Amino acid sequence: MSTQPTGHIVPGEPLIRFEDVSIAFDEGDVLRGVSFEVVAGETKVILGESGSGKTVLLKLAAGLLRPETGRVVVMGHDLTEMNEVELLDFRRRIGFVFQEGALFDSLNVAENVSFRLDEESVPAEETEPRVREALRFVEMEDSYDKFPDELSGGMRRRVSIARALIDQPPIVYYDSPTGGLDPITSQTIITLILRLRDLNGVTSLLATHRLQDAFGLANFLFDSKSSHVVPVWEERNGRHSSPTNFLVLRDAKVYFQGETQELLKSSDPYLREFLS
Amino acid sequence: MATLTSKTPEPYTPSPAAAVSESLKRKLFSLQSYSQLVGDAVAKIFTAPHYPEDVLEQMDAIGVGSLPIILLTGFFIGGVMVLNTAAQFQRFGETALTGDTVAIALVRELGPTIAGLLVTGRNGSGIASELGSMVVTEQVDAMRALGTDPVRKLVVPRLIATILVLPLLTAVADLVGLIGGYIVAHFTLGLSAVEFWNRAVHALAFGDLFMGLAKPFVFAIIIATVACYYGLRTRGGTQGVGRATTTAVVVASVAILVSDFFLGKLLLYWFV
Repeated sequence: MSTQPTGHIVPGEPLIRFEDVSIAFDEGDVLRGVSFEVVAGETKVILGESGSGKTVLLKLAAGLLRPETGRVVVMGHDLTEMNEVELLDFRRRIGFVFQEGALFDSLNVAENVSFRLDEESVPAEETEPRVREALRFVEMEDSYDKFPDELSGGMRRRVSIARALIDQPPIVYYDSPTGGLDPITSQTIITLILRLRDLNGVTSLLATHRLQDAFGLANFLFDSKSSHVVPVWEERNGRHSSPTNFLVLRDAKVYFQGETQELLKSSDPYLREFLS
Repeated sequence: MATLTSKTPEPYTPSPAAAVSESLKRKLFSLQSYSQLVGDAVAKIFTAPHYPEDVLEQMDAIGVGSLPIILLTGFFIGGVMVLNTAAQFQRFGETALTGDTVAIALVRELGPTIAGLLVTGRNGSGIASELGSMVVTEQVDAMRALGTDPVRKLVVPRLIATILVLPLLTAVADLVGLIGGYIVAHFTLGLSAVEFWNRAVHALAFGDLFMGLAKPFVFAIIIATVACYYGLRTRGGTQGVGRATTTAVVVASVAILVSDFFLGKLLLYWFV
């Protein structure tokens, strides 16, 4: 996965933009007046309690749901103006890692990862090396022929990441990628996300309610020279920064938006309680 | 903008009229979404991309998989028809009419209906639960996120396969029903093979055969689209999958029986 990501990227322009987005279901408002921007190469961590609308926000960003009001602009495309056929075409250029992996259980690992290529009728001789490369990236090449029900939760998540990466999308959305996993497996997943961000320059939205994952992304970088994860302050000679910032959702609204240090230094009682 | 209004502070209890109106609105909305799915699926039969391998897989699951129960039930339906009518024919000394009765009843009515209801129970439930499980585990969303249209990939192959296979299953049910009828007629009424089959074949006109194949064509559309519709709108986890499956089978079965009446009326008007 060493090649550079492709896509419609305008330098300096935000790659993802939400403008006053609202959506409601039968149960009531899920998101109300949500606005934010994500620039190329950045990871925005969406924090919030369960049911705070994190998944809905990601699905809006992928055009899987339509907002009732507001605009969602991704890679220069206004998703709210596009029909389903255009959206299908648009989604082929982004990656989405679902909460439980959402692997197709009737297909084996290789078929899951090659699904997008098979749909595009890419010849088999080209598909296989690309699938193996993607599986090697997530260290799952040994499971090439296995079916999803033979894999653990963490392995399924890794295969799901490989499936999302097969076409090297410039944007990847992660929906609770470590939810329900043990700390060691979670760390493996976070390391993969760091590699994608820091080696491939992938822009991402990552929804989670696990603070250790969020701060893992904010405080560490993947060093290409040593091929190891290193703390931000070590890599940046004391400068505490990483291409990660935060958005906290509460009661269907954006409650906080900003850098790691702003979040950590906030005196807001809700944020203090959330971070404790 | 209705969603931006503040929430009602007190619990809201709708009046009976409002509740009825709300329920009617939901039913109409369901009918609209169902019609949209049917229109969308039918239109996509005629446009690329197609999934011939998925069609063959579904034909195997629906056709070959349903064959044993079709053979068994078809045979006994034919047999039981003769059992019930034999005494009446004997009273009037018209036992030779047994072949006519069994042939017309099976080909016009019982073959298509029994095959339709059996495929609904066996495959309609399977389709609804499979698609429902895919929805609740986000596999359908994953498919859309990978740029594939679930209607094309999941609904159209099931629709084509059911349309191709149900008329064939109906023809098989008709044949084994006639064989069952003949065996019972032979042992209870002493009819010879020539007497039974000669009457049975000559009793059937073009209209009967047309009716016998037009009905399973319509039933196939009902089974596949109703099962896919309820499968794809599944909500509420595994419990929701169970609910979707039950609803799909009930709605498709009722729709088959109701449409059978109106199709019967229409086709009789045309051909008889």
